Amino acid sequence: MDIKAGRLSADQLRANFCDLAPAMAPNEARVAAERCLFCHDAPCVTACPTTIDIPLFIRQIAAHNPIGAAETILSANIMGAMCARVCPTENLCEGACVREVSEGKAVEIGRLQRHATDAAYGAGKQFFRAGPATGKRIAVVGAGPAGLSCAHRLAVLGHAVTLYEAREKAGGLNEYGIAAYKASDSIAAREVEYILAVGGISVVHGKRLGRDFRLADLERDFDAVFLGMGLGGTNTLGLGDEPEGVMDAVEYIARLRQAKALSDLPIGRKVVVIGGGMTAIDIAVQAKKLGAEEVTIAYRRGRKAMPASDYEQEVAQIAGVTIREYQRPKTLLAAGGKLAGVELEYVTEREGKLVPSGETTMLACDQLFKAIGQTLLPEDFGGEGGLQMKSGKILVDSARRTSRPKVFAGGDCVFGGQDLTVSAVEDGKMAAQAIDSMLKAAKAA
Amino acid sequence: MVDLSVDFVGIKSPNPFWLASAPPTDKAYNVIRAFKAGWGGVVWKTLGEDPPVVNVSGPRYGAIHASDRRVIGFNNIELITDRPLEVNLQEIKQVKRDWKDRAMIVSLMVPCEERNWAAILKRVEETEADGVELNFGCPHGMSERGMGAAVGQVPEYVEMVARWCKQHTRMPVIVKLTPNVGDIRKPAEAAKRGGADAVSLINTVNSIMGVDLDAMSPWPHTEGKGTHGGMCGAAVKPIALNMVAEIARSEATRGLPISGIGGIETWKDAAEFMALGAGTVQVCTAAMVYGFKIVEEMKSGLARFMEDKGYSRVSDFVGKAVPNVTDWQHLNLDYVVKAEIDQDLCIKCGRCHIACEDTSHQAITKEKDGARHFEVIEEECVGCNLCAVVCPVENCITLSPLPKGAVDPRTGTPVGGTRTWKEHPNNPMAKNPRPALTAAE
Repeated sequence: MDIKAGRLSADQLRANFCDLAPAMAPNEARVAAERCLFCHDAPCVTACPTTIDIPLFIRQIAAHNPIGAAETILSANIMGAMCARVCPTENLCEGACVREVSEGKAVEIGRLQRHATDAAYGAGKQFFRAGPATGKRIAVVGAGPAGLSCAHRLAVLGHAVTLYEAREKAGGLNEYGIAAYKASDSIAAREVEYILAVGGISVVHGKRLGRDFRLADLERDFDAVFLGMGLGGTNTLGLGDEPEGVMDAVEYIARLRQAKALSDLPIGRKVVVIGGGMTAIDIAVQAKKLGAEEVTIAYRRGRKAMPASDYEQEVAQIAGVTIREYQRPKTLLAAGGKLAGVELEYVTEREGKLVPSGETTMLACDQLFKAIGQTLLPEDFGGEGGLQMKSGKILVDSARRTSRPKVFAGGDCVFGGQDLTVSAVEDGKMAAQAIDSMLKAAKAA
Repeated sequence: MVDLSVDFVGIKSPNPFWLASAPPTDKAYNVIRAFKAGWGGVVWKTLGEDPPVVNVSGPRYGAIHASDRRVIGFNNIELITDRPLEVNLQEIKQVKRDWKDRAMIVSLMVPCEERNWAAILKRVEETEADGVELNFGCPHGMSERGMGAAVGQVPEYVEMVARWCKQHTRMPVIVKLTPNVGDIRKPAEAAKRGGADAVSLINTVNSIMGVDLDAMSPWPHTEGKGTHGGMCGAAVKPIALNMVAEIARSEATRGLPISGIGGIETWKDAAEFMALGAGTVQVCTAAMVYGFKIVEEMKSGLARFMEDKGYSRVSDFVGKAVPNVTDWQHLNLDYVVKAEIDQDLCIKCGRCHIACEDTSHQAITKEKDGARHFEVIEEECVGCNLCAVVCPVENCITLSPLPKGAVDPRTGTPVGGTRTWKEHPNNPMAKNPRPALTAAE
């Protein structure tokens, strides 16, 4: 087993972890903006979970009004700065762009959105402030994208928000989970700062639902509750005891994101990643960037079935990551309690089911990352009954209402979500609107 | 093999592409480069009397940019040549001697006195230049001194100066017209009456290119003050084409040779001017934006066009479109076109729909069976062409005439009649109004 820190020099690491999609130069932005056709009932808007008025903000950029463009963006999506960097735009707005259909080259909506939001952040332009106080108090659990979005919209609507966050920093996966090369220059933290600057939101750090307080407490003390605590658990390989060298990708990325120096992070010479989602790509690429010599992603299904988009897969391949399909781990090989390799089993797909082919292959490795999905743990919401669940997640209606009155939920912890920052933002926004309507209706009655 | 050479009022040049009187033709260095690049001729930048004028040292040029900063409109406040007359004359003489096959026309502008014109013409003749062009167009600086546009806007002056010039020189005289007039035919007629051999047009259009909203001054400006300049470039081409056509088809000026100027960038632009009657074309802006090499594309494109159409020399198609330029009242009101959207080319941007829906005739759908789908509703379509104009895909939306005998679903009237406004019953002045065709006809 060969896992060690500091495989690369500080300079190399800095170069490796620079922005994946760098900021646009003003001229580049203008040229890119002028490609937009200002479509009627634009498909890109329909494809955006937060329905940002994309043709309008791009026209504003083209008309030398990037600050106005930022206001358009942030009014629909308060996390427009991060979404510009982390959205799988190729599956969303850019995938729907008519220029993608006609020329195979979409308008660069993501980078233009970044251009606009960067301009507003750079100019210190605050578009929002807490509305006139309604006297209503709302508890929001989890300061990730869903919780922050909900809290922000509630504050703008004049409600007093208490935002509970178990971790040291707010931001959720934007702060702890997104690949470092997509969130350079502390943008996640700057965005949180921007959101909280609206006023009317008090953040309580280090308090965890189920451990430090119960859902019933919140229902008793507040006029409404929003649950946006994400997923606390990760799936296991189910291969028995895990030797040293087997790690959880989500945990490792969180460590990487918070590391003072990237050269402190121990990384293997030969690394295997199990999984096929964004986390698998993120950990594989970052392992390579940290200096791993060989990085292999093993995915149990075909590449087309990977939750990671074609673009993400391309990013991995450009970084030098090998992607193996239809292979799943069968045995973890250890020597003296330390990982030595993994036996991968070839599988085929028959009528949607994975069937072992009977053949296996050995892959020597020093380090293996599990990136096979996260789960909602009962303790994440206090283990309390009364919340209707589906497939292990909280069931909500279109207004993000749970089965309990006064309790709303959104983000990764609810059933049917897309596991995207942008859909979490939309959940929070919709829930805030629904909470506001509920409280207003109650007042009127 | 087609022959691009032209003989324009006795001035011979190997191709019809001349550089207009402007900065690119201000001195021997530039003109020699132009001839090396293949230009058929030049109109040397306007000469005046000594002492030479003085240009501003603030910015001289402004522009309108399209996407990707393509210059579609360009303006200037530069004056005539600011070099001594003798220097220019010597250079003209030398260049003409070295480039005998190229057209060398000299642009002139002097005060409105016969002796001034007589004097300068005599000196130009000594250079053995092929002809002169009278600059009656310059809209700034010179016009304030009673020259340029100040002459061109008064037909009597145009006629008078043209006559003087014809009297005092054996060289062909081309009168350059300013577009800053109400009716371009008047100065053209005046030039013809005065005996001018040809007219060239258009000179630049009075313009303020923009306003600097920080300085609250026209843009560009000299120390916070700006003035109108003369605009040229692609954006003025439609104005120029119309003016050329008006002169070409007007009874009084029909047959008067024309050198076409205004926004010519490619062979196609040039061919359009020529189809409307221009025997040569003059280019400035495109050369100033892209350099002299553009003439290679122009020559090649024009030759290919002529070959394809079976024209062996330029004169075969000069003026060929003139008979088809007419007045609105002669257009057939019984001719009906309908827009059609090629669904295979459609990229579903919806621009045609919203343009028609918001601003025109509500004749384009936006969905079909719940899906995004743009299709023309023939019952509403008036064939206005707006959808085709706003469509970002070339040839996706086309307008096709309804066949003779078909019934226009919008009006219920059979198609195929020949009524113009002059015969239409809605025209109170119609002498012989005719009803629409009936289905039987």
